Amino acid sequence: MRKYTPKDNVQAKSYYTDRYWVAPRVPREAVEEGSHFADVLAAMKAYAKESYIEIGTLVIHIDAKENFEAIKTLKETCGYTQCSEQSAVDYLAQDGEFELFYQFLNVKEAKRVRIVCRIKEGEAIESIVPLFNSANFAEREMFDMFGIKVNNHPFLKRILMPDDWEGHPLLKTYPLHGDEFASWYEVDKIFGKEYRDIIGPENRDPARIDRYDTKRFSRVGYEVPFGEDISEGEKEQPIEYSETLLVDYNKKSGKQLDHRK
Amino acid sequence: MAQHQVNYASTAGLPIALTSVDKLVNWGRSNSLWPLTYGLACCAIEMMASGASRYDFDRMGTIFRASPRQADVMILAGTLSKKHAEFARRLYDQMTEPKWVISMGSCANTGGMFNTYATVQGVDRIVPVDIYLPGCAPRPETLQYALMMLQKKIRRESANMKNNTKQNLRLV
Repeated sequence: MRKYTPKDNVQAKSYYTDRYWVAPRVPREAVEEGSHFADVLAAMKAYAKESYIEIGTLVIHIDAKENFEAIKTLKETCGYTQCSEQSAVDYLAQDGEFELFYQFLNVKEAKRVRIVCRIKEGEAIESIVPLFNSANFAEREMFDMFGIKVNNHPFLKRILMPDDWEGHPLLKTYPLHGDEFASWYEVDKIFGKEYRDIIGPENRDPARIDRYDTKRFSRVGYEVPFGEDISEGEKEQPIEYSETLLVDYNKKSGKQLDHRK
Repeated sequence: MAQHQVNYASTAGLPIALTSVDKLVNWGRSNSLWPLTYGLACCAIEMMASGASRYDFDRMGTIFRASPRQADVMILAGTLSKKHAEFARRLYDQMTEPKWVISMGSCANTGGMFNTYATVQGVDRIVPVDIYLPGCAPRPETLQYALMMLQKKIRRESANMKNNTKQNLRLV
């Protein structure tokens, strides 16, 4: 039996996680009284479950079943006449849900609103194409990338991947290098499956840097003996410099001008 | 090309040139390499620059053709996505023999930085490649050099394409 590894999230991780700066969470501000966004919230009162301002954008959480009515209100009452983007985020591993978002622009007020709703896996969402034609391709892309079906969409078909593709690539369960179907797609399609053995598997990233490979790689400040197993992590070894080369500029040997008085 | 030049002094002043059939045929083939007008990504911009007046492919007898039926060379210039691989191969199949392939740029050679599910990891998985041209993107001079190397290769080949050992491909 092969060792079981969890496949909830098989996306590639950055190689050097300890060196990457993690962005802090964007602060959420409350909506001020009398502002434009306060009027928007008043109009959206029947739908809004939660609302706040993030970097100048009003974010409104709504129920996924009411998305069409809520967005209709936003368009007709509040003047948000442009739908600039619509897509989803995969939170299946974390919450068992997709987060769908719609990004709107009010040209007169130069304000943006994001409508956010959550749906469970296998649930469908109502199309907003009757309100915004720009949502047509966006909803197709969401279907292509996540497999989220859209009710009453005029032409729900894959938009980026080929029609006979298997799987939805933006799901966290989809490997970055593709599953078996993806890795043999062009060979199967052009030559047939019997040519797999002749052409051979894909050669991916032969120049990959692997910090756990201590035979070919060594990190400065983390040196370990050749071939040692460091899968548990390695100790930081401070670099020792010759003392004759070091000059301590922090010494308070000189006179300080402030104390002369 | 110097080796094909008629040297009147050696033929007693007669306008006669003696050569072999191979040399004559290859002279024709190598000096009128017509590539397919076929760009895939940003490398195609460099390919267009090579074809335009500054670098001028025309002076080498290289004229881009809009039909695969009239083309001898396929310059795969750029990232080949898996969705498009089928059509690249179909265009290659539509080209008449003899035909050659130049794989232009890192993406066409190995998939380049697109180490993902949707990119063909080297066009040699679907077509037999004669010249691999490195660079991201290669400058027009590099493409000119690749074309000159291909000309050299053709001049060394046999006029009967069956005698030439191509990349041991898979496919016909």
